[in-house]
Formats: sequence, structure tokens, C-alpha cells
Amino acid sequence: MEIQDIIKEENKVYSTPELLDDVHMHYCPGCSHGVIHKLLAEVIHEMGLTERTVGISPVGCAVFAYNYVDVDWVEAAHGRAPAVATAISRLWPENVVFTYQGDGDMAAIGTAETIHAANRGENIVMIFVNNAIYGMTGGQMAPTTLLGQKTATSPYGRRADLNGYPLEITDIMATLRGTCYVTRQSVHTPAAVKKTKAAIKKAFENALAKKGTSVVEVISTCNSGWKMTPVQANEWMAENMFKEYPLGDLKNL
Amino acid sequence: MKVEIIIAGFGGQGVLSMGKILAYSGLMDDKEVTWMPSYGPEQRGGTANVTVILSDDKISSPVLDSYDIVVALNQQSLDKFVPRVKSGGILMYDTSGIHKRPERNDVKVYPINAMEATLEIGNPKAYNMVVMGALLEVMPYKLPMENVVKGLKKSLPERHHNLIPLNEQAIEKGRGLI
Amino acid sequence: MNDEIRLMKGNEAVAHAAIRYGCDGYFGYPITPQSEVLESLEALMPWETTGMVVLQAESEVAAINMVYGAAASGKAAMTSSSSPGISLKQEGISYMAGAELPALILNVMRGGPGLGTIQPSQADYFQATKGGGHGDYHLIVLAPASVQEMVDFVALGFDLSFKYLTPAMILADGIVGQMMEKVVLPPQRPRRTDDQIREQCPWATTGRKGLRKRNVITSLELESSKMEIINHRLQARYREIEKNEVRWEEINTDDADYLFVAFGSIARICTKAMELAREEGIKVGIVRPITLWPFPDKAIEKAAEGKKGILCVELNAGQMIEDVRLAVHDRIPVCHYGRLGGIIPSPAEIVEELKKMIND
Repeated sequence: MEIQDIIKEENKVYSTPELLDDVHMHYCPGCSHGVIHKLLAEVIHEMGLTERTVGISPVGCAVFAYNYVDVDWVEAAHGRAPAVATAISRLWPENVVFTYQGDGDMAAIGTAETIHAANRGENIVMIFVNNAIYGMTGGQMAPTTLLGQKTATSPYGRRADLNGYPLEITDIMATLRGTCYVTRQSVHTPAAVKKTKAAIKKAFENALAKKGTSVVEVISTCNSGWKMTPVQANEWMAENMFKEYPLGDLKNL
Repeated sequence: MKVEIIIAGFGGQGVLSMGKILAYSGLMDDKEVTWMPSYGPEQRGGTANVTVILSDDKISSPVLDSYDIVVALNQQSLDKFVPRVKSGGILMYDTSGIHKRPERNDVKVYPINAMEATLEIGNPKAYNMVVMGALLEVMPYKLPMENVVKGLKKSLPERHHNLIPLNEQAIEKGRGLI
Repeated sequence: MNDEIRLMKGNEAVAHAAIRYGCDGYFGYPITPQSEVLESLEALMPWETTGMVVLQAESEVAAINMVYGAAASGKAAMTSSSSPGISLKQEGISYMAGAELPALILNVMRGGPGLGTIQPSQADYFQATKGGGHGDYHLIVLAPASVQEMVDFVALGFDLSFKYLTPAMILADGIVGQMMEKVVLPPQRPRRTDDQIREQCPWATTGRKGLRKRNVITSLELESSKMEIINHRLQARYREIEKNEVRWEEINTDDADYLFVAFGSIARICTKAMELAREEGIKVGIVRPITLWPFPDKAIEKAAEGKKGILCVELNAGQMIEDVRLAVHDRIPVCHYGRLGGIIPSPAEIVEELKKMIND
């Protein structure tokens, strides 16, 4: 095929999602955030929700999500995204509100807001990016850091006696009567990406149907924080993270 | 016209609600009013008091040093507020449970036995309205009864409006104590 | 009699005033002595009438962040609390100031520090007027002295915060929250429709209806040169507020030899003290700051001209007095009388303090 044919519109097999801005992302090469942003942008656009979606960005690496995905955004204080989302969702019931939170935001400083928004069954979507480390501040221990995992604040590895155990907040969320859909996915292979996209879509459908809170946890890599190459990070994740955080639906009503 | 009143007793004697009914009655009579309680845990079991001011003009301080009328419903309240009745003012107290009588010659003193009168009515909840009846009788500012009834209606939630005749009866009983 | 004239506690009156203003959302957490605000709203069920959302949050922190979210989406939202709870809310308040959002916060002050007491206090003056949370910012701070002002300042607070896109605070004390007075409620205003909000608040995160450019509400800017510009914009707005929105009340200042300066319900007690002092031939007047920020410094400076001294009466160890001293440039003696820990001074005590000041 000649290049003139290849670039014809009808031969296009892949393009940047309509709602993903064509700008340089601040994420490190190999980071999972870029893929998850893309999936969000695709789902919102494909579901025709561009004019009705409001995102809540966290404190953490994804604080600048508002620079990439072309919907309205509110940047929340650390851990408070579910509270911010609660108010907007209740006051604009026609709109769809999602939070985009990291492990520190969701499972440490914002645990109360996370649990209570879900327990009230707010009609929101929570995207929970769990990479077991604090990326933005330079690789400190997260509530989800694995036992033995070395971070800037657990330089000899996380110890249960000193630091407690990895917090499986998604499992807790699944026990709450306010949640309708709780799932754990990843984005390290094309197949996993497809599944995650389907999960995000389902979560948005639940919010539209006012079914309650949907939680999509995405087990992710932080190769910079983990001090690995992107490929090593994917392997390490599959080998270690999935044991602690098995993939699949925890609840699907 | 301006009358500055404090009603003091145990929590549970209906001190605050009596003050509220008095204040609402004043409001129904087109007066300016303030109702300032002691608040907090002491409402429950300890001593409680409420300052009620009824006035033709705008009221400045809701908190006072001395009062035109002191209504004391237990010994502690009596001890505390006897010195704070203005000279020429009125001191009314319930004699039940009082073992030390007040010593003031420059004020009008009205001992009443509201507890006994309440027992005669047969409903302990009417106690504060018996006291209020006595207070209305001695108060130089004559609050018309129709506005007191209006005040009762406004103060009580509608589900308790069936109790208004009992309250009126208690007020009349209280007036009779003077 | 007009049915809109009622006898109400200040806290209860705020609930009615919020509904009647057309407030869109109230988010709160119980704490004495202001729980009647949330209790009254839950009992009044405004979601059945005006559509106002009322929510008991899991904490003061969550409540203020709900207000932040509501405000970001252009809605008129409020919260209320008392001193320890207001401390918890400072994070959210600072974010709202940084993100230039309108909101109303009621603080019914109790004695501190720490858990302190549930009795009345004015010890949060510094916190309210000098920022409170982190960063360079001010709130518009209104100090009600009556239940009627509790009502009136709900509308005023919302209007000012929307006009200047900065949060406003009603700084009340336990006295005005807990006492009952005659109050005239304003007529019910309709809540703004969603389309009206989109028009009035084009910056709000209401969803990209009509595929307009996206709106982002944030207080973050990592580039210092841009962050400085944002700070200058905030400061310029504060100067504008200082120019336009100073409010105060004066009583008998013209012929006075001395002045009381007091805010909130303490100004009312000072009014009684003034009457007592004047009966004894001591000519004293009162300046009552109504906006604590912007502070009526020029009004106080003018009222103080030719006076022999000022007595600041506060329910704290000496906070507003610093602003009064600055206002009069220490040209005349400025003394302080404060009661702490929830004790309310009586009018006679205040007169005694005035005499002490005169004799010193």
C-alpha cells in the first residue's frame, strides 16, 4: 500500500481519542496513568457524555489530569475528591461525576471520604489507580505498598510490625451496601486494557442508571518510583502485585 | 415598658420552655423580646436559667446584672439571684424544697406553692404553666391572656396543641396562688 | 400579626434564612453550640420545597469539601460549625480562597483552645480575619449582634461572596446562636435554575454543555511567576473589598469622651453598659464593627478623634484590639477587657472596667 492510501481516513485504524488533548503529558515514560486517561477519554466520548461529565482530580501524580482529558474538572484537596464529587453529583443529578484517585488519596488521607461516599451510595464513579507507592512526592510508602517493598520511607522494606499491612480498600468497598460495582483491573497488556475500558464503561453506565457507587481499581506501575524499567515494572507488578491484589470483579450488582 | 426577668431552677422543671412561652406571648403582644438561656449539659439535670426581656423598644443587652423579676424554683437559684433583684422589684419563689427564706425588705416577695397546685391539677408537666400564671399575675406589665394563648400555640409543636386547655387551666391555677 | 415574624434562636434562623435565600446546598457536621442549624434544616426538609440539598457529612473536613465541590459547580453552598470544627475546615476554606470560589461559612464560636468549652467565645477573631488556613488570603467576615442579623447576613454573605468570588464567613458567638429574638424572615427567593447558573457562573464546572471550552477549578499553579500573578489578582480583589464593603455601627460617639469598641453580642452588652455609665455621667459611645474584615479602621480613627480612651471589650484575651490600635495609631490609650473560657461579662462589670481605665 502506498503512503497516500495508508493515510486515507477510511484506512484509519487508530487515532488519538477526541477528548484527549494533544499535549505533552508530565507522566514518566512507562507510567500507567496515560493509558487510563486515554480509556476515560474514549469512554466518555463514546457514551456521548462530553457535555455532562465532571471529573475530580486528586493530589498526587494525577493532579494534572485536568490538563489532558477534555471535560470539566475540579482539583480537590488531598483525599477529598469523594466529598467534592458527592456535592456536585447531588446538585447536578443530570451530570456524571467521577473521581480519579491514587492510593494515598483513596486509602490513606482520604479513607473517611472514600468509605462514606461509597457507603452513602453516591452515584459516582471512582477510578482508583493503585501503584503501591507515592509517585508525586518521590517514592514514599503508600497504604498499599507490599510487605517487603522498598520505598523512600521504608528503605529496608515494609514491615508489618512497623508499618502495618497493605490496605485492601477495594475489598472493604465491596462490602458496603452503597456500592454496586467494584472491580480490580490492570493496563499492562492489550487484553487487560480492553477489560479495564469495559469496566470504566460499566461504571459510567451505573452512574447514569443511579445504581450507586462504582469503583474501578487499576493496578498500575510506577517504574520511576519502583526504580525499574517499564518492562521490569510490568513484570514485577504481574508477579507481586496481583498476588496481593487479585484482578477481577469483587462485586457486580 | 420594659421588664427584665430571670427564671431559674432545675433542668427538667420546664424553665426554658416557660421562658419561651413568655417571650412568644410578648411577641404576640407586639413587644420586642429576647430569650437568653444558660445552655449545655446543665440543661439536663443541673441548674438551668433563662433571661427573658420584654420591651416596647429595641433591647440592648440580652445579659443582665440585675432583674425586675426573679423567679426561683429551687434553693440554689434562690440563693444565687436574691441579691440580684432590683430594689423595688419582684422576687417569686416556689416554697417546696426551700429551707432558707430570702431576706430582702426592699422588694416584693411572693412565695408560692406551685408544686402543690400542680399536684392538684394532676399533671406534673403543667408545673411551669402554674408558675407562669403566678408570674403573669404579679407582673406590672399586664399581658393579655389572648396573646398568652397565641404564644402557647406558637411555642408548642402542633402535635401538642391538644394540651393547650390544660396549660390554660394551669395558668389560671397559678394566678389563683397570688 | 404577620406570620413571617417569629421568635427563633439564631441558629434556627440561619436555617430558615438559607432556604429563603435560595441556597442550593448545606453540608455540615454536628457540634455544640450550632447543631440547631443542621437539625432545623433536616426538620424543614427543603429538598421537598426549594430542592435545596442538605447533607450531614462524615466530618467537618468532608463537609467543607462538599461546599468546595458545590461552589466549583456554581451553586450557592454553605456550612456551619463551631470553633474546633472550623479549625478542621481551614484546609477547604484556603482551597476555596485559592480557587476563587463563593461560599458561606458560619462559625458559632465557643471557648478554646482545644476542645475548650461549649460556652460563648470570640476567640477565633484572629483565625477568621487574618486568613485562618495557609496562604495569603482573607475572608469577608460578618459579625452579627442579633438574631435578625444572623438572618440578614446569610443573604449578605452569599451576595458578597458571589460578587467578589471569595468565601464569606459569619462569625457569631454562642450567645447569638443560642438566644431567641424576634425575627422577620425575608420572602422566599427562587433557587437559580441550572441555565441561570451556567450564565452567571461561566467559570463553573457544570459540564461542557454546547461543547464549550472546558472549565477547570484549581488552586494549583507550579510556575512561580504565574502563581505570583494569581496572588496579585487576589490581593487586588481584597483592596477592592476594603474600598467598598466596610460596615460598622456607631452609637452616641459624637458627644462621647470614651469609646467602647466591641463586636457581635458583646456590643449589645456594651450598649447596656453605656446606658449605665451615662446614668453616672460618664460619656461613652460605641463603635461596633460589623465587617471584621474588611475592618472599619478609618471609621474608628475618625470616631476616636478627640476622645480620651478606648475600651475594647471582647470574649478573648485581646485580638480585635490589635486592629483598633493600628486604626488609631496609638494616639489615644486603647485598653482591653476580655472574659475567657465562656464567661460573659455583665454590663456592670464593663462599667467597672471603664472606670478603671479612666482612673489609671
